[in-house]
Amino acid sequence: MIQLQSEAAHYQGVKTLHDIDLHIKQGEKLALLGKSGSGKSTLLKLIYERYPNNTALVPQDYGLVKHLSVYHNVFMGRLDQHTTWFNLINLIRPWKDQVSAVQLILSRLQLKDQLFQPVGKLSGGQQQRVAIARSLFQQGQLLLADEPVSSIDKEQSKLVLSQLRNSFPTMILAMHDTQLALDFCDRIIGLKKGKILFDQPSSSLTANELQTLFK
Amino acid sequence: MNKQFQHSTAWKISWLFVFIACISLFFADIEITTLEPWAELKKLFLAMFSSHWLNTLDIGKALLQTISFAILGVAGGSVIGFLLALIFHWRWIRVICALVRAVHELFWALIFLQIFGLHPLTGILAIGLPYAATFAKIYAEILEEGDKAVLQSIKQKTNSVSVFFYARLPDLWIHFKTYTLYRFECGMRSSTILGFVGLPTLGYTLSSAFMEGQYTQVWALLFLFYAVIATMRYWVKPALLPIYLVIAPFAIANDSTISFDNIHRFFTEDIIPAPIRNGENWNSLWAWLSDLMATQALPGVINTLVLTQIALVVTAVLALLMFPIISTHFFKRAGRSIGHITLVTIRSTPEYILAFILLILWGPSMLPAIIALALHNAAIIGHLIGRYSEEIKLSLNATRGINRYFYELLPRLYGQFLAFLFYRWEIILRESAILGILGITTLGFYIDSAIQELHLDKAMILILITALLNVIVDALSCYLRKKLKLKTAVQCS
Repeated sequence: MIQLQSEAAHYQGVKTLHDIDLHIKQGEKLALLGKSGSGKSTLLKLIYERYPNNTALVPQDYGLVKHLSVYHNVFMGRLDQHTTWFNLINLIRPWKDQVSAVQLILSRLQLKDQLFQPVGKLSGGQQQRVAIARSLFQQGQLLLADEPVSSIDKEQSKLVLSQLRNSFPTMILAMHDTQLALDFCDRIIGLKKGKILFDQPSSSLTANELQTLFK
Repeated sequence: MNKQFQHSTAWKISWLFVFIACISLFFADIEITTLEPWAELKKLFLAMFSSHWLNTLDIGKALLQTISFAILGVAGGSVIGFLLALIFHWRWIRVICALVRAVHELFWALIFLQIFGLHPLTGILAIGLPYAATFAKIYAEILEEGDKAVLQSIKQKTNSVSVFFYARLPDLWIHFKTYTLYRFECGMRSSTILGFVGLPTLGYTLSSAFMEGQYTQVWALLFLFYAVIATMRYWVKPALLPIYLVIAPFAIANDSTISFDNIHRFFTEDIIPAPIRNGENWNSLWAWLSDLMATQALPGVINTLVLTQIALVVTAVLALLMFPIISTHFFKRAGRSIGHITLVTIRSTPEYILAFILLILWGPSMLPAIIALALHNAAIIGHLIGRYSEEIKLSLNATRGINRYFYELLPRLYGQFLAFLFYRWEIILRESAILGILGITTLGFYIDSAIQELHLDKAMILILITALLNVIVDALSCYLRKKLKLKTAVQCS
């Protein structure tokens, strides 16, 4: 499904990825691990630019519009599936069926009370879940998520990750928490200074081993 | 928990303004009264391409005088404004400045014409006085915001003048310079339109060329004006200022003299309400005043507000349509440069000139005024919002086109947009009032007529009413900005 061969990427003139060889098959759940600056985000961006069709992206800064309601932010996941008129009217007067569809997703993420709150009024963790809700509403063959649970507590992280796992056939998550990565992904890729350090099934790794790998 | 979708306060206030503008439309006269409005417009545009005899000597003289009035007015205004800024914490200084600012340069020119006639002092004061009041406010804000930490580290005994030049000015200088240079551009526009009330600047040459139907000359003057504004950064430099200040007085000198009898009569007779001057009783003063209010002030105020509110909403709509043409979120470099040139050209044209041209082509109604005010102000706000939109970083998966405009950008910059718009509100009001001089029945119309009939007492009261109206709208705009928690980073006029 995804084929990258000796790829490199630059960010603001500095080479941030080197010699990336990566083959990802349909159905794989993959975690990218590595310190900040190791190239996780750049790799996700690179994959998104190569395979934008039918791909949901949860960027690190969420890409939310703070002055719009939670409902509208989630709805934005499907803007390209409707006519412009449909979208514009929806801004002024939300469509009932869309509201109930969004509400369904929000209740899965414990956000249903916030439906018509402006996103700017939510806490950081709630905002992150709105970004997740948008990707769930959008659907697709592939999910690319950059630290999707960085602001959420452990219990809710598990809930969110299992929702994502069930909703997307293939997913690539940039992760910080090694244990969560091992629990919810089948394949772990370690990045260091823009290069792939290791690429192994999670069954062959433990959290302790991973910690030492990045020392 | 809110089960129902609710629109934001900004949304509701916006529609309130649209509603007021719609009601105002019922009171507005927006007809085109000339028989062949488009034929004349076509003639005007065709003249752009015809080669015709130009009176270059006239143009050169007018340009020199325009620049000279602007330089002397702005320089004088900035010096006095700076001194006022130092005592701006005195309440009565702030009140006087607010009132002086609220009266447009053209009205000041009309007043000083009565006192000094066509003496150069009229033009210098007409620009200098309101500009000094504006400079005082902005300079005071700059001084307020400057870093005071340096101050505290200096010995207490040092005298305050040395403290100022050592500890404050070096850091603040750049802010003073930027703002003063910006105001000089405004001063060029002010100086130009002073020609419309008889001073020998570009506006005078332009209006007479237009009246005589010499459209080629009109275009030459307009293009010259754009060129002068566009090249300002090359010829307006602090180092060159002394030279300009020496040349300018000679450029605007004429043989009219100041008559002290005139000045004396102006203050002791002309502006004293007629019933008092003639020693009549209170009843006749009351009758005089209520007649003035009912037949001139009230219709003038209503028409000024009607024009302002319609122009404000049209400005808002146009600005929202214009800003994408200079925004990186919508256009590539080539497209944006065309956008920039368009916006710069529109906003450099003084709205007064635009209104003047359209009024002659279409006949006297509010329509030309609305279009002139909206175009000029929308180009300014569109430019500011377009630049502000650069600061918004969209994520990789953001949508494109109309969806991007309405979902990603508009919600993010609407607050800033309203802040700029409310800031221009008071300016649009001031401009609506002066456009009356061109024949639309706003306050300026009644003021100009009163002066023509030599009823200076009436004119002064009407000018005072105009100023108060401005102060009220300014306060209202301030209140709304606070309520919506909006900030304006840019000061503009």
